[in-house]
Amino acid sequence: MSADHELHISGLTVGYHDVDVLHDVDLAIPSGKVTVIVGANACGKSTLLKAVSRLLKPRAGVVMLDGRAVHRTPPKQLARVMGVLPQAPVAPEGITVADLVGRGRHPHQKIVARWSAADDAAVAEALNATDTAELAERSVDELSGGQRQRVWIAMALAQDTDVLLLDEPTTYLDVSHQIEVLDLLAELNALRGTTIVMVLHDLNMAARYADHLIAMKSGEVRATGTPASVLTAEIVQDVFGLDSVVIDDPVSGTPLVVPRSRAASSTPPVRAEHDAPRPSPR
Amino acid sequence: MTETSSATSMGTLPAGAAQGESSPHSFSRLDGPGVARARRRRGRRRRWVIAALSVLVLALCLTSLMVGHTVYSLDQVWDVIMGRPVDGATFTVGTLRLPRMALALVAGASFGLAGIAFQTLLRNPLASPDIIGISSGASAAAVFAIVVANLSRTQVSLVAVAGGLIVAFAIYVLSAGGAGAGTRLILIGIGVAAMLNSVVAYLLERAGQWDYQEALRWLSGSLGGATWEATVPVIVTLVLAGTLVVTQARALGLAQMGDEAAVGLGVRVPLMRIAVVMGAVALVSVATSAAGPIAFVAFLAGPIAVRLIGAHGSPVIPAALVGAVLVLSADLVGQWVFDTRYPVGVVTGAVGAPFLLYLIVSIHRKGGSL
Repeated sequence: MSADHELHISGLTVGYHDVDVLHDVDLAIPSGKVTVIVGANACGKSTLLKAVSRLLKPRAGVVMLDGRAVHRTPPKQLARVMGVLPQAPVAPEGITVADLVGRGRHPHQKIVARWSAADDAAVAEALNATDTAELAERSVDELSGGQRQRVWIAMALAQDTDVLLLDEPTTYLDVSHQIEVLDLLAELNALRGTTIVMVLHDLNMAARYADHLIAMKSGEVRATGTPASVLTAEIVQDVFGLDSVVIDDPVSGTPLVVPRSRAASSTPPVRAEHDAPRPSPR
Repeated sequence: MTETSSATSMGTLPAGAAQGESSPHSFSRLDGPGVARARRRRGRRRRWVIAALSVLVLALCLTSLMVGHTVYSLDQVWDVIMGRPVDGATFTVGTLRLPRMALALVAGASFGLAGIAFQTLLRNPLASPDIIGISSGASAAAVFAIVVANLSRTQVSLVAVAGGLIVAFAIYVLSAGGAGAGTRLILIGIGVAAMLNSVVAYLLERAGQWDYQEALRWLSGSLGGATWEATVPVIVTLVLAGTLVVTQARALGLAQMGDEAAVGLGVRVPLMRIAVVMGAVALVSVATSAAGPIAFVAFLAGPIAVRLIGAHGSPVIPAALVGAVLVLSADLVGQWVFDTRYPVGVVTGAVGAPFLLYLIVSIHRKGGSL
């Protein structure tokens, strides 16, 4: 099992050019849990992940991992504890699956003595865990979207970190592949105790897979807590400006957000619930 | 999930068998030694290519020492290299052919390294320093140094490096920020190159007869009249800046996956980028100041190396070897294959231009943009 890691964000302000995207964000990420960040487009959730993975430098505030600012930690040392899967990584042309997954071993390798038995074992384990062993010799270019995403996750697994950050790992995937990828991450969390922090678009997927949910709007954190406490009709209205009914997911028992259409929401909400069923034409 | 995999597929599968798509849930499993074997097998091709290119470079070096108006035997050439006096050969081989061969070797390797460094950094084969104006910057500065300022050889080298760095910085600043910066950099670089070439043409118009000859011969990329005085700075730069680029090869490869992925793997991306750009600009500028902007070598070496080694392993060292092969062989061809002697740049230009067209067409076919 993974060791416990304290990931704290305090007073974080991050921006591009003249605009601050995040204002004074304070967060604690629970160790060994799955944390999902949700929010409308351009609410700063990807920016938050980029600041934590130190791709963006904070204007103010700090991201602390185990009592040390991530921007002041030697990069390779940090990369042995915290891995990042960006939203749109680029596979170099023609690279094989095994070579791509092997790149995840970089933080564990010295400049001179390059490949150790531990590296090869970690690559094998990552391929097995993501069910991509049979693709090992194939070129990444020729894989389907779902396979490719599993390969990228395999690269992150080969990095063998206790904390893993993922920016919308299910984008561009159809629903069955979304479930496949999220199940894989949930399994990783359950088996290895890896702390997972990811951005997801789909609220119901977020509710189903998160232990801890963070809802963001306009660069601020509006609510944090269990999916049941965060995904209420009021908070969904506040964060997304969406009128909805929240019911229990019949499969997982987690909150299920059922949106009302804009047209319906312009009329009194009572009507939608008590509308008598129309007589069927047949 | 994978825990359900059956005992029959446990253990190491030969990688070939692992490719089969027998059933939707044929869980094959790999172990460390299996991964290691497959990795070593993939690496074999690159090692063979490096070995073959090294032998080719050596053979071309010796050939260019032996062949000429008088053909000397390998023994005679060896004696000259070892410093033993040989009638006639001591001057022809030792003073004329040896520096020329050395300059072809190190300039070719420098161009090859600089080319692959820029192409990998900007993730585009069109982004080589001879296409995006850095060679033109070095050229314009060097022609100015020769024609207007009448500087010495070493001073011309230094001015050329400054010219290359200034142009690299300028196109970076002009194209910085926002999306599509890579493509913008290439297009701006091509524009800057055209501008600088007209500066060169203007300087040549004003040049005196002697300077004009000197500058023109230099501009077409020529190894004729190569001296140790001109070659030594290139050797020193290749050792220093070349080492810098080679040590960054792995980080450079990781940054191909995007800055975010590379940062996540612990690469200091901004530092790597500065090191690679400085190293590559120094390589291309110093080599250009000594041998002229030998057309298309920086542009050709990388893609040829990548096609030779495939996708496994870094193409940086193979590209340096390909660069050396290109310049050495083009110089031999230019000198001895035709009735007239042509400068090396004419030969590489004749090979490079069709390849440029091929590359643009193939990028276009794959549905990519610049």
